[in-house]
Amino acid sequence: MRKTQKLLFESGRPGRRGVSLPALDVSARPLEELLPQAFRRQLPLGLPELSEPEVVRHYTALSTRNHGVDSGFYPLGSCTMKYNPKVNEEAAALPGFALVHPCQEDETVQGILELLYEAEQYLKEITGMDRITFQPVAGAHGELTGLMMIQAYHRWHGQNRDKVLVPDSAHGTNPATAAMAGFEVIQVPSDQRGLVDLAALKEALGPDTAALMLTNPNTLGLFEEDILEIAAAVHAAGGLLYYDGANLNAVMGYARPGDMGFDVVHLNLHKTFATPHGGGGPGSGTVGVKEKLAPFLPLPLVERGEAGFYLDHDRPQSIGRVHSFHGNFGVVVKAYTYLRMMGADGLKQASADAVLNANYLMHRLKPIFHLPYDRVCKHEFVLSAREQKKMGAGAGDIAKALLDFGFHPPTVYFPLVVTEALMVEPTETESRETLDSFAEAMAEIARLVREDPERVKEAPHTTVVGRLDEARAVRQLRVRWSKEEA
Amino acid sequence: MEWQIPEGLKFTRRHEWIREEGDNTVRVGVTDYAQDKLGSIVFVELPEIGRKLRAGQSMAVIESVKAVADTYSPVDGTVVEVNEALPDQPELLNQDPYGEGWMVRLQTAEGCEKVELLDPGAYAGWIRQQEEEGEQ
Repeated sequence: MRKTQKLLFESGRPGRRGVSLPALDVSARPLEELLPQAFRRQLPLGLPELSEPEVVRHYTALSTRNHGVDSGFYPLGSCTMKYNPKVNEEAAALPGFALVHPCQEDETVQGILELLYEAEQYLKEITGMDRITFQPVAGAHGELTGLMMIQAYHRWHGQNRDKVLVPDSAHGTNPATAAMAGFEVIQVPSDQRGLVDLAALKEALGPDTAALMLTNPNTLGLFEEDILEIAAAVHAAGGLLYYDGANLNAVMGYARPGDMGFDVVHLNLHKTFATPHGGGGPGSGTVGVKEKLAPFLPLPLVERGEAGFYLDHDRPQSIGRVHSFHGNFGVVVKAYTYLRMMGADGLKQASADAVLNANYLMHRLKPIFHLPYDRVCKHEFVLSAREQKKMGAGAGDIAKALLDFGFHPPTVYFPLVVTEALMVEPTETESRETLDSFAEAMAEIARLVREDPERVKEAPHTTVVGRLDEARAVRQLRVRWSKEEA
Repeated sequence: MEWQIPEGLKFTRRHEWIREEGDNTVRVGVTDYAQDKLGSIVFVELPEIGRKLRAGQSMAVIESVKAVADTYSPVDGTVVEVNEALPDQPELLNQDPYGEGWMVRLQTAEGCEKVELLDPGAYAGWIRQQEEEGEQ
C-alpha cells in the first residue's frame, strides 16, 4: 500500500473536468464588461482539475485511513465515544428537517420549532434545569456562553466578581474558557480521594468569586460526593456553580446537576446523546440554566403560544447571539431521535451499563497498570503507566502501541493530577468481548514494555504511517499546500 | 532518574530557577526537572517588556506535547528583557534550560517581595518528595 495519499492538487491533469457543461443558450458577454479590472484576480485560481472517478477514489481511499467508532473500539476518556445509531442520521436527513431555510416564517416551520421545544423539555428533565439554549456548537462554546451569562447575572446585581475557581483535575477547556471570558482563574487542589479539597475550596471562596466550574463525576471518573456541601459553600459566598456536562453519561436518570445545586450546565449532545463527533461533527454545546439565569440566555428561544410555536426575540437581558440561528439544528434532531428511541428507562440503562463497563475494565487492568485512585468508578477511570515509564516506555508509547492492535488509544497525560495518565472510557455500547480483547492487548503491551521497551517506543509498527514527530508537527506547522513549495 | 540542579541558583517549589545578576535584575527560567516532566516543548508565550509582575503571579505559558503549564514570577519585578529566541526555538527550553533556554529578566527592588526560594540542596529534596508522592 502507498504510504501517503497524493493530494487532489497533485493529481489529475490541466483541463480535465468532472462535468461537461452544455453550450450557452444566451449570448456570452466579455468579463471586462461584467467586472471592472480592479475587482478581478490577477492570478489563476489554481483549482485541482480531475475527473469524477479520480475524486471519488481519492476520498474513498482517505476514508479507509481513518479510525472511527464505526471501525473499532475508541475508549477516549472524557470524550464518550459511544456508537451513534444510524437511525439518528435518517431522522436528520428527512426533507422536512434538512431542506428548510432558517429564515422561514415561524408558521411554516412549526414542526421544527416543536422539535426544539420538546428537546428542551426532555433535557430540562434530565438535567434539572429550567431553560435550555441550543445555540452553542461545541462544549467549550457552551462553557463560554455559560460564563458570559454568569458574568451578566453578577453585573445585573451590581457586582463585579472577577474570579472563577477550577479544580486541578478539570478539563483544560474550563480554565481556558474562564480566561477567555475575562475572569482570573484560581486553581483548587484535589485531596487524597481525588475529589475537590473542601477546605481549600472554602479558603479560596470570597466576595470576588464569580463561579466554580466542576465536572461530576470528575475527570478521574469519581463522583464528587461532597457536592451538596460544595454547592452550599459556593452559594453562601455569592458565587454560582457551573456544571461541565462532559461526564453526564455516568449519571443520566440517577442524579441531576440541577438537584446537586448547579446553576448552569452545558451538555455535549455529541457525547452523551449519541451524535457524531471527533472530526465527524458538527457538535452541540447545549446550555441549560436555572430560572434566575434564564433572562440572560442567548436569543431567540422557542415558546409555545395560543397560535402555535414561535421564536421569542423579546428578551432584553439576553447576552445576545452566540451563533447564527439555532446552532447546529441537525445535531439536535439526532439527539432528539436518540432520546425518543432510548426513552427514560433506556437512558438509565445506558448510564448503568457505561459504569458497569468501566468498572469491569478497571478491574481487568489494575493488576497490570497502577491505579492511583482505587475506588468504584463511574463511566471512566485513570491508570498510571509510571511503572512502565521507569522501564523505558510511558503512557504516550503505550497509546501508540495500541494502534498495532487496532484500538484507538485512551486519553493520555490527562488529567494532570496523575503522572503518566491513561484515561479510559469504554462507554455502554461495547460488548464484553471487546473489553476483554482490549484488556488482553494492554496486558500484551505491558509485557512488551518489560521485555523490549525500545520496540514499544517505536510503535506503531503496522499502521500506514509510523510514529510521527509530534513536537516538530507543532513547531513547524504547515497545513497549506502551495504549488511553489511542492 | 537524575536532574541537573546547578549551584549558584535559587529554586521555587513550582520548578522555576532564579539567578541574581548583580544589577538589581534577576534572570528566571524553568528547571531541568520541569522541562523533563513536560516533555517536548512546542510553544512559549512570554510577557511584554515593561509588564509589572507580583511574586507568584503567572509570568509565561509553556506548552508541550503533553500539557500547557503556567510559570510564575518568583519576585515582584518589572520585565526588562525576554528571551527572544524562545518563540521560534522552544526546544531551547528542553536542550539547555539553565542557559540558552532562560525566559525572562526582571528588574527588582531592594528587599522586594519574593516567593519562598530554595537552595540547590533543598530543591533536590523537594524533587525527591514530589517523586515519592507520585509513587503513592
